[in-house]
Amino acid sequence: MRWSKPTPRRFVAPASRRLSRGRPVPAVGALLAFTAAILLASALLLYSSPEEKRISIYSTAANYSLPVLERNGDEYIGLLEVFEPLGAVSAKANGSHWKFRYYDVESEFTAGKTRARIHGSDFDLPSNFLLENRRGLVPLSCLGTLLPRILGGPVTFNQNSRRLFIGNVAVHFTAQVSKTTPPKLVINFTAPVNPTIATEPGKLRMVFTREAVVAPGSQILTFDSKIIPSASFQENNGAAEVAVAASVPLIASFSNDGRTITIEPPPVATTPAQPPQTTAGAATASPTSGTIALAAIRRYFAVVDPSHGGDERGASLTDQLAEKDITLAFARRLRQELETRGLATLLLRDGDSTLSLDQRASLTNSAHPAIYICVHAASQGNGVRVYTALVPIGTENRGPFLSWDAAQTSFQLISRSAGTSLVTELQNKQIAARSLIAPLRPLNNITTAALALEVAPPSNDVSQLNSPAYQQSIAGAIAAGVADVRDKLEAGR
Amino acid sequence: MIPRYLIIGVAVLLAITMGMSFYVWQMRGRVDRSELSTENSQPVAPPVSGPTEQITLYVAYDDTGVLRPKPVRIQLPAGRQERAAEMLRALLTLYLDKVSPHPLGAGSEIRDVYIVDPGLAVIDLNAAFADSHRSGVLIEELTVVSLVQTLSANVPGIVRVKILVEGKERDTLAGHADLSNFYDVPAVNQVVAQLQNAQ
Repeated sequence: MRWSKPTPRRFVAPASRRLSRGRPVPAVGALLAFTAAILLASALLLYSSPEEKRISIYSTAANYSLPVLERNGDEYIGLLEVFEPLGAVSAKANGSHWKFRYYDVESEFTAGKTRARIHGSDFDLPSNFLLENRRGLVPLSCLGTLLPRILGGPVTFNQNSRRLFIGNVAVHFTAQVSKTTPPKLVINFTAPVNPTIATEPGKLRMVFTREAVVAPGSQILTFDSKIIPSASFQENNGAAEVAVAASVPLIASFSNDGRTITIEPPPVATTPAQPPQTTAGAATASPTSGTIALAAIRRYFAVVDPSHGGDERGASLTDQLAEKDITLAFARRLRQELETRGLATLLLRDGDSTLSLDQRASLTNSAHPAIYICVHAASQGNGVRVYTALVPIGTENRGPFLSWDAAQTSFQLISRSAGTSLVTELQNKQIAARSLIAPLRPLNNITTAALALEVAPPSNDVSQLNSPAYQQSIAGAIAAGVADVRDKLEAGR
Repeated sequence: MIPRYLIIGVAVLLAITMGMSFYVWQMRGRVDRSELSTENSQPVAPPVSGPTEQITLYVAYDDTGVLRPKPVRIQLPAGRQERAAEMLRALLTLYLDKVSPHPLGAGSEIRDVYIVDPGLAVIDLNAAFADSHRSGVLIEELTVVSLVQTLSANVPGIVRVKILVEGKERDTLAGHADLSNFYDVPAVNQVVAQLQNAQ
């Protein structure tokens, strides 16, 4: 939304009247010309491609993506942009000649010609070199042969998918479905990955744009499982995609510092007629007999969300200490404390991965836990602040359909009750604690009891936030507070 | 022998060149001076005329993590929007002071306040306000609630407040406080009640 001051109107004589003083032009002619111009502009707009063409380049120096240009029906790319992230480059245009230098390798191109000189020898481009505003453009199809001449090393270029690999940078993966009930698809990568994850009926898609993920032996992987029968790999427009087919909805979680992605069905939504402790016991023990499949399905009581992560560092608590690291360390302790009390707990991120607020809410709602606890850390104040959601107005729930922004509305009472229990336990342990309402997403998007914790240092010494003893005492009190209202939370699920 | 007209022509050209050089040098100096003045991070206070009135600012105190009402007397203009903007600027003056109870980054400014009937106020912050704001749930909440409450307590009829940054929507203030939704004044009153009790 933008506001601007209204511009003053100017009144001029109609074009046809002004023109008619010199050379007479009929008004109909002007109208036709105007209509033609409108039609031409509309045609140009309609013709424009909805998706921008891009190329992804992977190297040991950097992984990056560049736009691909259409010129005379061919795909072109700026040569300087390709090399800039890789090392020292310079370019100089002199008339129709364009000199390019990468470290000590000199190249010379001529606008409108296919013949170029690379490091003293001739090189033929598949189509003409273009010079636009002193910017040198080369045909995209020549990158596979041109780059090794300049870089002096191997380059693999998949022109159809527009993915270019400089050196040995490919990230490989293996995928295996476990024999557990329900089955889990465990995908192990040779380097940390951070894909964009989307779900749709019968499919979970992971799109890798910044990672040099390459196809396994076969483009289609089949598994001996009715729930997760197959996964497919494909590449397009500078990205790789792994699509996992399934007969049930799936959720993905990260571990092993982003090297492992585990894909599994979310815990069942229906509440089995058994106390929570039994459920947790079934979750942690490996099933020895195939009694009731439902009992063996891992059903999480709590979802713990270490806020921030990956590219998003959160607050800089000290020069060395980022909020994302403290939240992860504390969340791991909290999971341990909750599981010790028989409360099965899912950690939304167990590594340095980026998750959007919507993804966090979506994953939590799919897991149907009894409580969601989001962890933050701050250098201001001391002790722990426990927050419940400030639900925005104008976003009403209609019948069975919950508004995304007001999804928490029906759970505010149980959330506040849980918050009070946590504050009481913290104060019992002589830890300063305070209960507040805050405009903090994704609390308002969660369809269960939802709390956020902001852990501050015990005194003015911020480095104490990293103290295992301090984290452990808070985690213990929080877990005890959750366990105190276990029955209430289970009933409110 | 060099023709006379050529000598005159060269002399005229030389004079023009020197004149142009002097003009360019003057222009560069002027640009440098104007750049220096734009680098000044202090918010520019518009000239305010009008009677002095008492209003209540809701001031955040970081040391105790509370929000407290503070009556002040300031000059307020006649227009409703201008009055609203002036009230928030008075609040920012406190926060940008050397002994601020809730320091904001240098250059933080209220660009404008728009009152849109029925009962909607839109606060437009500048980029420096959000970009230099300290990150944290409570610290960001104190800022947002302080702005919303100061506005709603002093401008009758406001029931909803929206916060923009440089005229555009933004997800959060500095990574925590949500700016993507509207603030409901009755709901914010509950938060204010909580924030008036020290930890």
